[in-house]
Amino acid sequence: MNLKIEDSVLKEICLHLTESYPNEGCGFLYGTDGGERQILFSAKTSNSKSGDQKRRFEISPEDYMHAEKFAIEKNFSLLGIYHSHPDYPALPSEHDLSVAFPFFSYIIISVLKGKTGEITSWRLNENSKKFEKEIIL
Amino acid sequence: MAKIIIPTPLRKFTGNNAFLETNGKTIGKAIYGITETFPEIKQHLYDKDGKLRSFVRVFLGDTDVRTLSGELTEVGPTDTISIIPAIAGGIKG
Repeated sequence: MNLKIEDSVLKEICLHLTESYPNEGCGFLYGTDGGERQILFSAKTSNSKSGDQKRRFEISPEDYMHAEKFAIEKNFSLLGIYHSHPDYPALPSEHDLSVAFPFFSYIIISVLKGKTGEITSWRLNENSKKFEKEIIL
Repeated sequence: MAKIIIPTPLRKFTGNNAFLETNGKTIGKAIYGITETFPEIKQHLYDKDGKLRSFVRVFLGDTDVRTLSGELTEVGPTDTISIIPAIAGGIKG
């Protein structure tokens, strides 16, 4: 599976996640999914997790609902979620897997000492119930 | 008829429909009605005990039905129901 994403979009995401450090930052990914999945723009949102935001993130149902409505209005698809792993590798955790939904691309970016590092993307395989890595182009 | 907004990750189970219409008079009947037409979506909405999964929220308009009467909340013909997957994650397992 490939995931095309514009450099300018990745830069914007990285800037947001650097600003969120040492907490986890998160946001939405929008684009098109005809044949090849392409992320055309992103939108940062609030980490609404109460408690340890350095190790967890949560997006409020209200913010999610607005993201869906925005995608419908703009005639794009809501294709996934990005979030950071502060001072931790860009690998999905058991927690990430337990709350994953099908279809979505989950971009994870490692932020080490305030600087963005490895970038990975994952999609849930519904049969194996495991993440499969996407190739970011 | 009331309208149900299907979240993007579950649209593949509803024939890629973003919206469905329902005659269900309560939230519970409206949501369960989706599974009668599209059985494959059931595992993503309900747990083994037949209860709505904890990772799934339902809003009537802009209000979480848990703050109303839950699945017994009445639905009017012009209402919009949103199914919302809980989005979370992070480092700790």
